[in-house]
Amino acid sequence: MVENRPGLTALSHAVLILGVLAVAFPLYVTFVASTLRIEDIMSVPMPLLPGDQLVANYSQVLAAGTTTGSKAPVSQMLFNSLVMALGIAIGKITISIIASFAIVYFRFPLRNFFFWMIFVTLMLPVEVRIIPTFKVVSDLGMLNSYVGLTLPLIASATATFLFRQFFLTVPDELAEAARMDGAGPMRFFWDVLLPLSKTSIAALFVIQFIYGWNQYLWPLLITGEESMYTVVIGINRMIVGGDAANEWNLVMATALLAMLPPALVVILMQRWFVKGLVETEK
Amino acid sequence: MEKRVVFRSAWLPYALLAPQIAVTIVFFFWPAVQGAWFSFQLQDPFGLHTQFVGLQNFEALFASEHYLASFRTTAVFSVLVAFFGLAISLVLATMADRVLRGALAYKTLLIWPYAVAPAVAGVLWAFLFAPSIGVVTYVLKRLGIDWNWIIHGDQAMLLVVIASVWKQISYNFLFFLAGLQSIPRSLIEAAAIDGAGPGRRFWTIVFPLLSPTTFFLLVVNIVYAFFDTFGVIDATTQGGPAQATQILVYKVYYDGVKAADLGGSSAQSVILMFIVIALTALQFRFVERRVQY
Repeated sequence: MVENRPGLTALSHAVLILGVLAVAFPLYVTFVASTLRIEDIMSVPMPLLPGDQLVANYSQVLAAGTTTGSKAPVSQMLFNSLVMALGIAIGKITISIIASFAIVYFRFPLRNFFFWMIFVTLMLPVEVRIIPTFKVVSDLGMLNSYVGLTLPLIASATATFLFRQFFLTVPDELAEAARMDGAGPMRFFWDVLLPLSKTSIAALFVIQFIYGWNQYLWPLLITGEESMYTVVIGINRMIVGGDAANEWNLVMATALLAMLPPALVVILMQRWFVKGLVETEK
Repeated sequence: MEKRVVFRSAWLPYALLAPQIAVTIVFFFWPAVQGAWFSFQLQDPFGLHTQFVGLQNFEALFASEHYLASFRTTAVFSVLVAFFGLAISLVLATMADRVLRGALAYKTLLIWPYAVAPAVAGVLWAFLFAPSIGVVTYVLKRLGIDWNWIIHGDQAMLLVVIASVWKQISYNFLFFLAGLQSIPRSLIEAAAIDGAGPGRRFWTIVFPLLSPTTFFLLVVNIVYAFFDTFGVIDATTQGGPAQATQILVYKVYYDGVKAADLGGSSAQSVILMFIVIALTALQFRFVERRVQY
């Protein structure tokens, strides 16, 4: 603070509070809707205070989905989302960290070629190669499987870059010392590099977990069976028609369940989240 | 930058790279090449015959009024999303940078929408604005506004813009806040001693120094509006009404998956690929400049 201007400080707080409320408003209405009976929601305007159906609605969706639309249990969807998010996060981190280790700590023919090959994938987001990728996955017999959900999304240029940047800042003396003590490359990787990379791994994990959890187009294409739906797809399948045809109380309960895990990851791991966001993007 | 100390092995680096390269080839390059190849072909709707047609798919696209309309829709949509997303988060970040008390609480309460899937964000806002039962619709109707995005194209556009901006504010906010906090205090203090008020300090010192961050976010937001908003649109308007919200990515999906026009959809993918390449190049050019800053 450069100078004391109580008026301006008050204005800042007012704007921030307004911003927080505007951002939180949809969440609040979602929560309220998820505690009401469907009749309450249909009686316009719906009440803006929570009702008493919290337990009933959430146990309904967790056990058996909606009553009129999709009947797939949301608990299974949450599990699928978890598998997908963890698979993508762990898979990405694993294959990227060893790839960057090879690129930074070895000299070998075609090194630059491989590096550029990984780099170029930045320019091919899944949205622009939807149909051919779907064909490949279908030819490999990976439709409706966890492998099909995760494997095509785990190649990541950003993760490889992040680790490469980080490895380049690790002092050369460490590798020198390790070599002098007779440690091979993998020993150096496990005992020196990996422990040093802990923060970067945590940061990347948060970002990639959210990325995996929130995937939409890919699971929409390759999960035909209800038992493989992720929770984001499940919500989409519960919305069957016009305003009045949906069981909005159950849809909103599912939406809240879908938001909860990634939101908790962001809030509880805020420090790594911010670090991961700022670093993966530069 | 290169390492002075390296390890030697004839096979180990290849083995370490193998998983990443294998996934890249199978799920990136092979489909991309196939997609490019499909874009020169014409398939009958049952997939029984294919015929090489050269650039005909592309010619058909650029002759199609729908495709050109989709370009305009995408332009309008991404400009709106980028402008409002940046403006709102810049205001919030500037205020959050000013206050001392409660700064962390504000930050926590503003960043959580980052965790919300675009499709879920779409569902939440579609519910608030639902034509017959929505809470906001009710208020709008009391104010005498005829709100029904299922019929009115411009209202549908407004809905997807609101949902997309809402989801993106947290991201922009974090970057703006980090940018603001890295501006040297001494510059601002010097200006204050010279008698510049807060408004003047913001426009003549803070805003110009923030321009690298702003430019970076502009590119990121445009990419976001082009691709990541697919979920928002599919969960709400599905491109409607009458293609009022059919952005390019949605049209690729619609033509390829729903309308089974493989050649046309692949040609659109190829065009999109060029747009991504241009945007990525822009971003990287800028990154080099930011390092100097």
